[in-house]
Amino acid sequence: MEWILTAILVVPFAVSVLSWWVPRRVAEALTLGSGVATFVLAWTLVGSTKPVNALGGWLRTDALSTVFLVAVAFLYALTAIFAIGYLRRSGDPSEDRRYSRRYYAGLNLFCWAMAVAPLVDNLALLWVAIEITTVVSALLVAIDDTEGATEAAWKYVIIASLGLGIALFATIIMYSAGTAALGNGYNFTYPVLLSAAAHLPSSVVRLADLLAVLGFGTKMGLFPVHTWLPDAHSEAPTPVSALLSGALLAVSFYAILRFFQITERALGPAFPRNVLLAFGLASLALAALYVIIQRDLKRLLAYSSVEHMGILAIGMSFSAVLAVVGVLLHVLAHAAAKGTAFFGAGSVLRKLRTKDMARIRGVIDVLPWTGPMLVLAVLALSAMPPFGIFRSEFLIVAGGLSSGSDWEAAILVGLVTLAFLGLSWYATRSMMTPVLDPSSLQGSAATRPAPPTRGETSWWMVSSMVLGLIALAILGIHPPEDLAHLLYRAALELGARR
Amino acid sequence: MMPALLAPPSTFTGTAEAITLLVLLSEFAMLRAPLSRSQIRLYAFQSLVVSGLAFYVAADRHIGDLYAVGTFSFLLKVIVVPAVILRLLKDAPEDLAGSHRLGVASMVLIAIAISVFGLFVVASLPIASILLPKAELGLATAAILVSFLLVIMRSDVVSQAVGFFSLENGVSVASLAIASGLSLVAEVAFFFDLLVAVVVLGVLMRLHHGRARTLSTNEMDRLRG
Repeated sequence: MEWILTAILVVPFAVSVLSWWVPRRVAEALTLGSGVATFVLAWTLVGSTKPVNALGGWLRTDALSTVFLVAVAFLYALTAIFAIGYLRRSGDPSEDRRYSRRYYAGLNLFCWAMAVAPLVDNLALLWVAIEITTVVSALLVAIDDTEGATEAAWKYVIIASLGLGIALFATIIMYSAGTAALGNGYNFTYPVLLSAAAHLPSSVVRLADLLAVLGFGTKMGLFPVHTWLPDAHSEAPTPVSALLSGALLAVSFYAILRFFQITERALGPAFPRNVLLAFGLASLALAALYVIIQRDLKRLLAYSSVEHMGILAIGMSFSAVLAVVGVLLHVLAHAAAKGTAFFGAGSVLRKLRTKDMARIRGVIDVLPWTGPMLVLAVLALSAMPPFGIFRSEFLIVAGGLSSGSDWEAAILVGLVTLAFLGLSWYATRSMMTPVLDPSSLQGSAATRPAPPTRGETSWWMVSSMVLGLIALAILGIHPPEDLAHLLYRAALELGARR
Repeated sequence: MMPALLAPPSTFTGTAEAITLLVLLSEFAMLRAPLSRSQIRLYAFQSLVVSGLAFYVAADRHIGDLYAVGTFSFLLKVIVVPAVILRLLKDAPEDLAGSHRLGVASMVLIAIAISVFGLFVVASLPIASILLPKAELGLATAAILVSFLLVIMRSDVVSQAVGFFSLENGVSVASLAIASGLSLVAEVAFFFDLLVAVVVLGVLMRLHHGRARTLSTNEMDRLRG
């Protein structure tokens, strides 16, 4: 199994380098191959009941890291498929060539960094991997070279880097806490820290955990440090938006969970759970309100990401194993649902040339496959059965009630319902409302906008959505047995109570 | 016998604290500097001080890894980063006198207040500082807090980028004080990461300047809500 970790470390990086030099069609094929291979390799780890080590202990996967690796790899594969259709655009071939080589090199490097983050067995290297995701994705956000994209990329890189500065400080403080028990120059790996957790100084661990939630929470999109997120998600090219929302936020959550794991062992469950509960409730409340007032389709999906990150944080504040299994399932389901929804939004944008929901009409008519699938993806995000998010939120609420957190669970249900109403109402209205008959508009025929032609922009884009919805349905109806066991083991690693 | 609190500091302690105080003072100087180029030179000076601290601790405590850290820090932060940023600014001759969001005096007063806050918070924590006196960590925390102020209170891309770089200097000093045993691989990874961040920030600065013909971030007000 060790070779799998090494392969995941090497393949996307090598493809990123190659993509800079090879023709676009070759870069597409390489990216597709790398995405699918990474997912297959990650999935192979799902059945492994023991941690896997590689490269002399620098790389290590346990159940927790495998969950996040699978989420990243799945979205990497889907995005590789979607990107083929999204990037095949008409225009100046030399400009296309410049754009696509920057795009594919950046996309693969971004996915590589996100896949490496759960693989490394060291808090400092975890920070490095997440910082690399920031710098690479900031360039990808700016790649369209528009005024909005530059502004969004600048805000993103500055706010996220400051957040990660706090996270680095948290990492150093956690190292210092370990020094008290393990002496100077110890191995800064998770197993070593977890084994010494009971002897770590409590106030230092408390500070490190708080700073880590604030620092990595900036990248995860937790309130009040979420402000970069709607801008970056809405201005980035759609495949990048999908990765930012479905995978990057999850990877940042993974970093928080590593601190959570150590803090929980050192101090007991109350402190780390209360910290996440406070950030989670604030994020969910903000997102539920902002979802209602959005008019831009991609910003709507971005605020939905803030909402889901809030749900994850609240779910972790419940101590029952049911809730934590729900949280981990939610990571996977959110990756699939948000990826699919952004792919749909990207297809709409390509077809109708607008993200403004007031101007988006009749998507179901003009995009006969994408339209219904986008509606389904939005409903899936709103936790409608039979999709994975329904199952995961159900588990989280049930876990909250079973662990005695009745008020928190009730608030969660109330805010999720509010977000559900906003998300499903605005998004589905835009999709379902018929296209206006141009002859009914004022003005001469020459000045009237041409009605959009019926038909899909690209079958590559449709395929990625079909796969995303299939995965969502599987996660909702009957998750694979190996995966269910993996989630259970990961929940126990996080200190959940049976 | 003299109580420990009243005992004079050793030469090592006194020198290390004086060097770290220079890091904090250069942060204040960056906060009030009116010109982008002087801010970058101050950052180079601050990085030189941080590198010097690493060499000093390495020599006094005989820690070989810290020589490597000091060398990387010198090459990257004193030479490469300032050179890259100054080169990027070649086509941007404007100064940044108007980029303070508050008056200089008010900003310095706020900076003093948050520095004192940082020093007291750290003093109250039971964090063991193995190589350096605990005051180092307090000074480093104060420098980190002031670097945040620099990013928040200056509305130009150069100050915000320099604020981020100097934040990393503050964290480097904190790392020397309480995490000197962190492996060299991780330290090198931090430096590599900083280098990549400089390139990315530089590219974005150029994009912004090329589009808006200004280094001010006041133009970045299109995305709201």
